[in-house]
Amino acid sequence: MTTNNVSTSNRRRFIQQSAAAGAITLGFPVVGGAQPAAIKIGVLHPVTGALAYSGQQCREGALMAIEDVNKAGGIKSLGGAKLDALLGDAQSQPQVGAAEVEKMNEAGVAAVLGAYASAICLATTQAAAKSNLPHVVDVGVADTIVERGLKNTFRFGPGYGACARVAMANLFALNAAAGKPAKTVMIIHEESLFGTGTGTLLARELPGFGFTVVEVVKHANPTRDFNNIVLRMKALNPDVVIPANYYNEYALLVRTMQQQKVAPKAIYSVLGGAASSYKFVKEFPDAANGIIDCNHWFNPKDKRALELRKRVEAKGLFFTYEIFNTYTAMMYLADALGRARSTERGAVIEALSSSTFADHFMPYGATKMANGQNTGAQPLMTQVLGGDIKVVVPREYRQADASFPMKG
Amino acid sequence: MFDFSILFPSLLNGLTTGAVYALVALGLTLIYGVLHIINFAHGAALMLALYGVYVLRTRFGIDPYLALPVMVAGMFVFGYALQRVVINRASHGKDENILLVTLGLSIVMENAALLVFKSDTRSIETPYTLTTVAIGPAMIALPKIVAFFGSLVVAGVLLWVVQRTDLGRAIRAVAKEKQGARLMGIDVAHVYALSYGIGLACLGAAACFLLPAFYVNPQVGSGFVLVSFTIVVLGGMGSFAGALLGGFLVGIVESLGGLFLGDSLGQVGIYLIFIAVLLFRPQGLFGDRV
Repeated sequence: MTTNNVSTSNRRRFIQQSAAAGAITLGFPVVGGAQPAAIKIGVLHPVTGALAYSGQQCREGALMAIEDVNKAGGIKSLGGAKLDALLGDAQSQPQVGAAEVEKMNEAGVAAVLGAYASAICLATTQAAAKSNLPHVVDVGVADTIVERGLKNTFRFGPGYGACARVAMANLFALNAAAGKPAKTVMIIHEESLFGTGTGTLLARELPGFGFTVVEVVKHANPTRDFNNIVLRMKALNPDVVIPANYYNEYALLVRTMQQQKVAPKAIYSVLGGAASSYKFVKEFPDAANGIIDCNHWFNPKDKRALELRKRVEAKGLFFTYEIFNTYTAMMYLADALGRARSTERGAVIEALSSSTFADHFMPYGATKMANGQNTGAQPLMTQVLGGDIKVVVPREYRQADASFPMKG
Repeated sequence: MFDFSILFPSLLNGLTTGAVYALVALGLTLIYGVLHIINFAHGAALMLALYGVYVLRTRFGIDPYLALPVMVAGMFVFGYALQRVVINRASHGKDENILLVTLGLSIVMENAALLVFKSDTRSIETPYTLTTVAIGPAMIALPKIVAFFGSLVVAGVLLWVVQRTDLGRAIRAVAKEKQGARLMGIDVAHVYALSYGIGLACLGAAACFLLPAFYVNPQVGSGFVLVSFTIVVLGGMGSFAGALLGGFLVGIVESLGGLFLGDSLGQVGIYLIFIAVLLFRPQGLFGDRV
């Protein structure tokens, strides 16, 4: 009995082990063969040239998102296919961006994500449209990007129209709550599509909110000296200064204002390049103090955003809007690839268009696209208070009460 | 339109900015006067000098103004070596080659900076960065005043070297007649490298005056290089006095133009004067050679 039992047991074990060995031997090639091909994604940003800092930040955000998607098992509905970034450099020039899209198209990318600056996005989305190549816009705030009827173009974040409207409504509300101390506004914007569009919109709409626009100043990129603009500001003495420009010029403008001792009742930025930047706050805490900004911002109460911030800072980088905007835009694209169950361009475009992607840390809610624009996308109002950037409006994301006006 | 309290600071601002422009242009005009080439690497070399000042400040705590001797000497050695080892060898004595070599060098320098420092915009904090001095109704930043007088002093020293020393005489001799100078026993290749080194040393000084109130990133040089080219042509290619006067003129026109026409359109004044000079005095305001 005992012998029999041992023998039975040994036979069973032998069969089990043989089966396991067979499975392993046979299984490996099967697993290897079933490994789906990686999905190429064009990651296109201006990583050299005047916009290099922002472009590199964007690239970092995109690559971190791809890393996270791949770590979490890739695109599950496509057999766990991994995302593979095909990097492109628009060199801060629209025509170079468009040429990069052509190259990416020939390399067989499933979609393109980019390209930070509005002027570059206008060119890259159009180039991608020729091949029906899906293009997710990560930042590019000019509304014309999504108003040309291009079926391949999708913007996850808000455009400057939405940002300017939110900013104006909130300026009106803050001013009313403070007893209407601010009556005059000076707008200072950079000269490209983003700044000009935002500045023009603000200049047109602000009088409707009861503000007098005393001056609209356009400046070049780069501007080496803001003394003249600040002197004009001194002469006009506006209650509120609204800058809409990129980081370098924003920082130089505010520092010159500090130097010339020009202190309006509020510096109220709309998509201000440095206004809600941890880099600016760290480097120039005094100049940054009190600045209000209506800009791309994450839900400050979402743990995922805070964890990503830690990871970004561990790399020695600042957690800027370029990073979290591009990160979430890539997540939106990855989600759409999952929904499409295919890398066929028509299917991906359909999935991007009908997406209800909600698993993100931006204050947008579930995604709802209309003509390529995420209608739920909204900016948040932040203010630099006590050396940190706090959300002050709207109520559901508020971390601190707004301090307005800065000077009594 | 604007009263005196606005116009006067704008004028002073133009003068102070113009002094730094002049210093950058002086280096460019010296290199042109002697080597007869436009140094396309001038902007990139200024950028490297700015990074040099940045590193000395952030790593070693050296004040930008105290860093002046180090930067001037460092940029001189760098320029001398660059001309002797790279430009001179790669150009094979042809001017058109030198142009391309300096253009290539500027690309290499910018990308090297991008690799080492990333594309991040960097600036430094000094105790006097935000200090202003009241001159009448004008509040002028202290770093700008230092830049103004510092640039004048450096330009004066440079002028003295060129006019009064044996080295200056050798430089002028090579600039005027290379073969003749060689026959007189002057080492032309050495003078070429010296001139290039002095040209870059001017940038070392300019960087020390600029950084306390400015920033540096790998592209920062391009903003200055076009203005410097304009100044050199405006003042007269190779002319010291022209570069100085051109620098001030461009600084003031840029400043007042910006005040009256807005920053974007304000620069149009510089180019209107530039076109007028080319039309009516093509050799520039001071069309003589060094």
